[in-house]
Amino acid sequence: MIEEKEARKITDAILQRCKGNPAELTLMYYEASLTRFANNIIHQNVTERDAEVTLRYFIGKQIGTASTNRLDQAGLDELVEHAKSNAKASPEDPNYPGLPEPEAYQCVTAWDQPTADYTPEKRARAVGAVCQMAVEKGLNASGALSNGSSDLVVANTHGVFTYHRTTNADFQTVVMSDDSSGRAQESAWKVDDLAVEALGKDAIETAVRGHNPIKIDPGEYTVVLEHYATDDIVSSLNFYGMGAQALQEGRSWMNDRIGQQLMSIMVSIWDDGLDVRGTPLPFDFEGVPKQRVDIVKQGVVMGPVYDRYSGAKMGKPSTGHATPINFRGFGPLALNLFMAPGDATIEEMIASTKKGLYINRFHYTRLVHPHDCIITGMTRDGVFLIEDGQVTSPVKNLRYTMPYVKALANVEAVGKAAHLLVGEFGGISTSVPALKINGWNFTGSTV
Amino acid sequence: MKELIMRALDLAQSRGAQYADVRVVNNRTESISVKDGIVEELNSSETEGVGVRVLVNGAWGFASSRNLTNEEIDHITSQAVEIAHASGLVSGEKVDLGPKVTSQGSYQTPLKIDPFSLPLEDKLAVLMKADTEMSKVQGVRTRQANTSLVKEHKQFANTEGAYTEQTIVETGGGIQAMAVGGNEIQVRSYPNAFARQQVTGGWEALLSWDLPGNAQRVASEAVALLTADPCPSNITTSLILGGSQLALQVHESCGHPTELDRVYGSEAAYAGTSFLTTEKLDNFHYGSPVVNLTADSVRPLGLGTFGWDDEGIPAQSSPLVREGLFVGYLMSRETATKLGRYSNGCMRASGWNRIPIIRMVNVSLEPGTWKLDDLIADTEDGIYMDSNRSWSIDDKRYNFQFGTEIGYEIKQGKMGRMLRNCTYTGITPEFWNSCDAICNADHWVMWGTPNCGKGQPGQTAHTGHGAAPARFRNVKIGVLK
Repeated sequence: MIEEKEARKITDAILQRCKGNPAELTLMYYEASLTRFANNIIHQNVTERDAEVTLRYFIGKQIGTASTNRLDQAGLDELVEHAKSNAKASPEDPNYPGLPEPEAYQCVTAWDQPTADYTPEKRARAVGAVCQMAVEKGLNASGALSNGSSDLVVANTHGVFTYHRTTNADFQTVVMSDDSSGRAQESAWKVDDLAVEALGKDAIETAVRGHNPIKIDPGEYTVVLEHYATDDIVSSLNFYGMGAQALQEGRSWMNDRIGQQLMSIMVSIWDDGLDVRGTPLPFDFEGVPKQRVDIVKQGVVMGPVYDRYSGAKMGKPSTGHATPINFRGFGPLALNLFMAPGDATIEEMIASTKKGLYINRFHYTRLVHPHDCIITGMTRDGVFLIEDGQVTSPVKNLRYTMPYVKALANVEAVGKAAHLLVGEFGGISTSVPALKINGWNFTGSTV
Repeated sequence: MKELIMRALDLAQSRGAQYADVRVVNNRTESISVKDGIVEELNSSETEGVGVRVLVNGAWGFASSRNLTNEEIDHITSQAVEIAHASGLVSGEKVDLGPKVTSQGSYQTPLKIDPFSLPLEDKLAVLMKADTEMSKVQGVRTRQANTSLVKEHKQFANTEGAYTEQTIVETGGGIQAMAVGGNEIQVRSYPNAFARQQVTGGWEALLSWDLPGNAQRVASEAVALLTADPCPSNITTSLILGGSQLALQVHESCGHPTELDRVYGSEAAYAGTSFLTTEKLDNFHYGSPVVNLTADSVRPLGLGTFGWDDEGIPAQSSPLVREGLFVGYLMSRETATKLGRYSNGCMRASGWNRIPIIRMVNVSLEPGTWKLDDLIADTEDGIYMDSNRSWSIDDKRYNFQFGTEIGYEIKQGKMGRMLRNCTYTGITPEFWNSCDAICNADHWVMWGTPNCGKGQPGQTAHTGHGAAPARFRNVKIGVLK
């Protein structure tokens, strides 16, 4: 890890090597540890310590980038030489809007020393308790408990220097019997906010309730989705259309729909990097302060998030959503998503359902068609039949093919509580509630 | 560097490890991407570091760092031992690695043109030319051309006496055109889906693909797809898969379920398990008699081709399915010992900061006897599909659904109208038992899948899959609606 003062020395040393040419860099230090368990024992247990600097070097509008984790003098010299050579070889990008100027950004606390210091022994004892509970029920627990810390710096030759220090923690577990499974997960930037044992109990309870599943015919069902499934809906809509670049290329579900009432009035989705209920990050990877952006407000499509490049093309300012330099090809992305909670409990959603399915999570979801964000995937780790307001039987997993835009148009109830989940790609977080949705299209079942 | 490695092994043993291994890895990549005539990315990356894996009292620990100094090596080795002790707090049977591994030697990917030695301008020129050719087709909304190069130098040693050194070079790239009209969005890629074929080898591979020579065809097909008829919905018919799509089908429905760590539950919380449980070994008709699947790390061009895996096991070839019968797994030392077999060298780590886990090497469908023209002529009614657009499969690897970029109707033994938004679905063993014809070696290509995700923390593996077009009977087609 690196203190702000020391980070400034390194960024200055790199930018000075650019000898007056415009340049931008990100510097990241991180430590990450993870204890993984399966069959009620720890089978993988790892830690890593790394740092990476990524440099964009400009010769006019010619741009070259390079990155390294060798931060000694020779490594930094090579970094600058590679970025410079790449810029020289690259034709001009006429659309490049230039480097941002320094702007004040709001510091936000996302650091927790106990999380940074959490030991392998503490992780082992926490997961051991879950394994023990599973053993006592004759079940098989697997999962992972992780903690980490990171420092992120963005700096450029126009005077931008931003610094953010953060910690992270996550627990997830799948508990299985011979014919059923349950899963629970929680993410936080304070490890003590993770209710590891309670999550283990949730997963065990789902696995116990799932014994002897029946096979049902595919077709349209009303579904009550736990927040894990909602996370998949919101994350997919993000990847396939919440960024301005997707709109510019005509492949977003938002295309030609901004300002329209596309979803239920109960649906509001926004991005906010400053909200400590998420995983705060006060600036983006260009050093631009993050703004709160309404993406869907009471069902009306409000618009995408922007970085400077996509914003310049559409005559809009950056909203502070540039991705890391190495991922700039993806265009801007929302990294701190929230969906507004409603006023229903899961129990109320089930009680108000004549016939439907109560679903814990989705698995292996993939885009089938960009328009309407049609996704196929499987149910996993807990599916139950609802009849006349009661859960009557566990059900074997089903495949669905569903337009996620239509899914959020068909929302009938929204859960009271929002839960934080951090995804595996780029640390993107969502804080989302459970949902009740009509007309979910199941297209097949599994063995 | 050898001194540093030996220092870690000595320290691990003196701290109580009964086994330890060390990998020092330097990985360089170069990525160039051109979009609509503009260089979107021209990036050079380097990462290096060391990972120390130890077995203490039968439990694993692993620590890694970018700092290649004596002080840091001592620190992470001690950390790995401490972590292994923590693992021992929640442990079961002690890990047994089976016979000792004492491999020695060096390996270098065979290549003609080192892609890192070429001027950037030469590489960029190929992509720009392909972009210009795509731009000549009216109606294309977005054009993309890219290349991705990898050079990885790796040293491995263990406390049993192994010491190997290898340099793996990969060359990848491709082109993609996207057309948009009304509510329709269509893409075509070449040579492989998502505009990325990748092989072990040099720049000569990318030149052999002739990206500029295929660019206009690819762009024209993307535009034509906008007005092509939609794939029929919910019908059951004969399906001929092109080699590129079949390679991904092999990856998802053959490669992953034969990973023995999945079978033993090690991946249950994340990727899932497998339907190919151990009682099925030598006892289960995975496919029809024409289906032969092989795991190898020796075939030219394969992304799973190397000298030794990350446990020091030599590269080799082993059968997974023979004449339809399921006969083998992808294995590590630990899982092979548990099964009463020897490792076939499938432990691979995505970098210095990750532990090796069981990964596909080159998992290939062996060629059959058919010429593609004859196979089409032999098909009364059916659909030909190729180039993946969407892939999804359940956690036991039974139920899958794939979408492809393009399809063609087959009527009375002839390829007919183009079809858009093609999808098909099935259950893995039913699907492979419905395979009745595979094209011959003239049609067989070693495809690359450079984006296989597995493990926690996540790892991305590069895997190879040889395949030639094949026919499957009674497949459910068209599940978009």
